[in-house]
Amino acid sequence: MLKICKINLRTFTNRHISRLIHNETNKNQEADFGFRKVKYEEKQTKVNEVFDSVAEKYDLMNDAMSFGLHRLWKNQFIQEIDPNPGMRLIDVAGGTGDITFRYLSYLKNLDSTKFEESQLPLVTVCDINDNMLSVGKNRSVKMKFKEQIVWKVGNAEKLVEENDNTYDVYTIAFGIRNCTNIENVVKEAYRVLKPGGRFMCLEFSKTNNPVFKRIYDFYSFQMIPVMGYMIANDWNSYQYLVESIRMFPSQDEFASLISDCGFRLVSYKNLSNGAVAIHSGFKF
Amino acid sequence: MRILTVLRKETSSFIKTNLAQRTVLTVGSGLLSIFDPHRDDMISAFGELTSFGVLSDLQRKMLNDPEGALILKEKPVINSKVLDLNKLATFPEKTFGKEYVEFLRINNITPDTRKPVRFIEDEEQAYVMQRYREIHDFTHCILGLKTNMLGEVTVKIFEAIQLDLPMCWLAGIFGMLRLGPKHTQVYLDQNLPWIIQNAKQSKPLINLYFEKYFEKNIDELRAELNLTILSPKINEFKD
Repeated sequence: MLKICKINLRTFTNRHISRLIHNETNKNQEADFGFRKVKYEEKQTKVNEVFDSVAEKYDLMNDAMSFGLHRLWKNQFIQEIDPNPGMRLIDVAGGTGDITFRYLSYLKNLDSTKFEESQLPLVTVCDINDNMLSVGKNRSVKMKFKEQIVWKVGNAEKLVEENDNTYDVYTIAFGIRNCTNIENVVKEAYRVLKPGGRFMCLEFSKTNNPVFKRIYDFYSFQMIPVMGYMIANDWNSYQYLVESIRMFPSQDEFASLISDCGFRLVSYKNLSNGAVAIHSGFKF
Repeated sequence: MRILTVLRKETSSFIKTNLAQRTVLTVGSGLLSIFDPHRDDMISAFGELTSFGVLSDLQRKMLNDPEGALILKEKPVINSKVLDLNKLATFPEKTFGKEYVEFLRINNITPDTRKPVRFIEDEEQAYVMQRYREIHDFTHCILGLKTNMLGEVTVKIFEAIQLDLPMCWLAGIFGMLRLGPKHTQVYLDQNLPWIIQNAKQSKPLINLYFEKYFEKNIDELRAELNLTILSPKINEFKD
């Protein structure tokens, strides 16, 4: 059920205000790396190291950790986008290509002639980590989508290679919580989108269901690092991933941030009891 | 005797775990060790996780022996930075040091392959585990056993009898099932009775400060430890 967040009904808690101010003044000081604090400039390097380490077994671990659910979440994400032929997508933090491939498959199934005739490239995939992009590139060959995709290394907070007003859709799936300054990412999204363009974010969020929360907390904090160690021989990266989920703002906080950056008709939809949420906003 | 318990701090190699995590890890690492023998991190993990009951007994055993207590006090480590392998190679023939370097060369191994202990929280017990891993090659050398399957299984039984670690028992028993017919025969007829005798009669090797005996003649050392070796035919590591 879509929940429309009215722009003039934003309620600021003291915590929210202080966090926003904190973000501004703390720019040269500290950032969250899971539950740890690191120097602002260091976060990116550390995140990069995490993804260097997990890239090879990333897809396998996603299946194992979410029991295959991540596929359903991503499918739903694409349904929400409702792609039309000719829509240009930028998939940020797109790494191994899950969203991109689904997007292209959807368009191809919708109208395969128009798909073949579309102006190339259809999708730009941008990721800060080269190893993740390599995995994605290899998969694109297998999926026969090699021609439609352009792969670029880049920073979501500063998409230097992208011009203003370029894209119809901007997606970032399970990537934004790894960025150092979320607000900068959303602002960049606003910049590169055309007027009428749509910002779509799929990310872990907060669950309010107390029973589910207990099971979820136990599972994510206790079991996921163990699984990471057994499957990918990496405890610490998955510890970080689980902690980074907890540090991310709630559905409403994030929605407020999105509208502060200029987006309108900001809304969100919960999946799996709020463990995951799809946020959407339009530029006009 | 009171044993002081010091808990390890969280570092990049030590990971604090609770009961639920250890249960899952024990089962998981056990299965992975069997189905993917290349995952030596899983084998190490399984070894550590199954050792909990036994390590404090082993610790006590070391503290009760003067040489063992010295090892626990000084906590020596064994790797190629600490051991001067080039120097050991210059030692006279039949000294323990020389034999050890030859053993490494012939079997194509180094002293650096042992994984750090990750799941044992008590600092001293973690060291005991580490020491057990690090002296494995010394044990091979002093028993005159190759690092092939037959040799490994034999050493594991030796360690199992002396240290009582569950992982050693499991590896020794299941390892035997993987031996080819010829080796199984040799193992049962020759190696097994000999090694059982040796393990019971010799000084526990966990209490031996190996590093202090490099210049000693290896046969004298064996005699002092009350160890015998097999006749050369199949087991001698010099070809």
